[in-house]
Amino acid sequence: MSDLSNEIAGVPLLEVEHLTMRFGGLVAIGDLSFTAMREQITAIIGPNGAGKTTVFNCLTGFYKPTEGRLTLHHPIKQEKFYLEQMDGFRIPQHAGVARTFQNIRLFGNMTVLENLLVAQHNNLMKASGFSIFGLLGLPNYKSSEKEAVELAKHWLDQVGLTDRADWDAGNLPYGDQRRLEIARAMCTRPQALCLDEPAAGLNPKETLDLNILLNNIREKEKIGILLIEHDMSMVMEISDHVVVLDYGCKISDGTPDHVKNDPAVIRAYLGEEEDAELPPEVAQDFKGENA
Amino acid sequence: MSTNTQKTDVVATLKEAGLSGLIAGALALPLAGFKTFSLNGVLTAETRFDWVIMAAVIVAVGRFLLSMGQNSFLPSLSSGISGAATSVGHAINKNNKILLVLLLAAVIIFPFSPMANRHSLDLAVYVLIYVMLGWGLNIVVGLAGLLDLGYVAFYAVGAYSYALLATTYDLSFWICLPMAGIFAASFGIVLGFPVLRLRGDYLAIVTLGFGEIIRVILLNWYDLTGGPDGISSIPKPTFFGMAVFSKIGKDGLPPFHELVGIEYSSLNKFVFFYFLIMALALITNFFTLRIRKLPIGRAWEALREDETACRSLGINPTNTKLSAFAIGAMFAGFAGSFFATRQGFISPESFTFIESAIILAIVVLGGMGSQVGVILASLVLVLGPELVRELAEFRMLAFGGVMVLIMVWKPKGLLSRREPTIRLHAKPEAGEVK
Repeated sequence: MSDLSNEIAGVPLLEVEHLTMRFGGLVAIGDLSFTAMREQITAIIGPNGAGKTTVFNCLTGFYKPTEGRLTLHHPIKQEKFYLEQMDGFRIPQHAGVARTFQNIRLFGNMTVLENLLVAQHNNLMKASGFSIFGLLGLPNYKSSEKEAVELAKHWLDQVGLTDRADWDAGNLPYGDQRRLEIARAMCTRPQALCLDEPAAGLNPKETLDLNILLNNIREKEKIGILLIEHDMSMVMEISDHVVVLDYGCKISDGTPDHVKNDPAVIRAYLGEEEDAELPPEVAQDFKGENA
Repeated sequence: MSTNTQKTDVVATLKEAGLSGLIAGALALPLAGFKTFSLNGVLTAETRFDWVIMAAVIVAVGRFLLSMGQNSFLPSLSSGISGAATSVGHAINKNNKILLVLLLAAVIIFPFSPMANRHSLDLAVYVLIYVMLGWGLNIVVGLAGLLDLGYVAFYAVGAYSYALLATTYDLSFWICLPMAGIFAASFGIVLGFPVLRLRGDYLAIVTLGFGEIIRVILLNWYDLTGGPDGISSIPKPTFFGMAVFSKIGKDGLPPFHELVGIEYSSLNKFVFFYFLIMALALITNFFTLRIRKLPIGRAWEALREDETACRSLGINPTNTKLSAFAIGAMFAGFAGSFFATRQGFISPESFTFIESAIILAIVVLGGMGSQVGVILASLVLVLGPELVRELAEFRMLAFGGVMVLIMVWKPKGLLSRREPTIRLHAKPEAGEVK
């Protein structure tokens, strides 16, 4: 599997080394290593229950890994962050890892704009002198808030929600909520963006728009994107690098073309040839891709 | 066909009403069916079956009418009521500023109006204390979403810190007031550290326990707090250290009426109390309105909505919750020291769980997070029971009934509309569907 054609070139952003996560006797992730590059989209795929979301939860500090090292090379601060040692809320704050959730987690009773401002909490908090200057209404805070609104506007434009900025986030249609969650994550000015099934529940047109958005983010913001996704056509189209998990272990790692033709992957998805009773939608995905 | 279903409907409704009447009768039999009295020093009971029958009939008829009406007049009635409420709400929103100014003017003029007397002023002060406590708790429950059932503990800390500081060290009210706030806030932080990891129901139970702990300590630490005897002769505040509210001067300070050159009236003191608590309450209100629009206020609301998402955006949940807890506690501390100085006497009796429950009810009934809602709910819950004193033993029954009715009609509280803290576009016209 380690033939050279399969090596991913680029500047490393996030190195996962020997990541293991056990829940009691259950091994959710076993000795997983891979590297995600800057300005690339790295997709993590695998059958249901393969441990993909657990990887994200370890990266973003929701779980403390049992073993392993997660290193983030921060390109601007020129610093290394060992994510496995950091408190959950410090990871987005200092290391610049932002995420979205499989089941959307917006602040439903707050407006779209407020959601984007909450994402800039730490900057604004400093600017408001931990609320003291803000309470006094000093101009310093006012200008910072204006900047924050500008950033929010930029991302609202990017995801096409400017007209609905004053809506309650919970009242948005599903697809808008998914995009808003990405915009909110981007408002934390991350270096690595972890998206947990961003295309789930989207129609084909919305998925297409999402592809454009993600490509834009990668090119203009020059950050790395990690992606968990079941929509194979989307994964194969936009990913630069695909990591395949099965039962918590890496079974393949490389370019989309390499992964697509890897017998181990086909086995994991489609089963052994004897019992090749595969769900029709999976079969179609693969056929469509190979054609 | 339709008459047939109607008939079965009526039969079913009658059955249901009969069952309700039976249950009411069974409940009323032990509760109201017997009356005990002392006859020549011997405890005797007499039956009162007419009451039982009355209760059963009332419940049965009420249930029947309610079920019948559910299909016809109730929906129209409730939609009429909520329609009226919405239009009133729109009117309030439209003329917000004018209405608020008028309200404030009325509240300021009130003590100088002929309506002002010892009783009405006392009542107004009583309501305002609850408005202030409601606004304070609104920060914790309404904004940050932390269910606190022990809020009265911080109120007690504020009251006792003023009472003890003033009686032991002879400190003036104006020095003790901020200190009471700081003490209460530090209690909030001390309590907050271990328990804020808990959520929802669990947090509620722990705060409930904390409230009881404070009360039990006050009750049993006899050397410091005087236990059940409480602390008496707590000094009254001076007029900002410039005058005292008595007929003759004291401690080298002139009496207030001489300072401002008016006739002496025993009411002066109560008018001063009225304005003092109003100022404190308004400070609480302006503070809340302002901090809501700051990052910390938005973070509180975001925490209420989804703590996990907050964590993923780099917000420190512990610090954010602690700040809400401490600030809420601080305002309870201010209110507590005002309470101590107004009463002149405090004992643990004043800080029982029912107080926490009433303050929480004010916040919930008013509509979580709504500042005007707190005023309305305080009026209903604090002034209401005072106004219907004639109902005597049925007073609390009416109190509970009103609470149930409000919650049935407006499950989110009287005024539950949340105003965004910031807008990108101009505010849409009232009534326009977004």
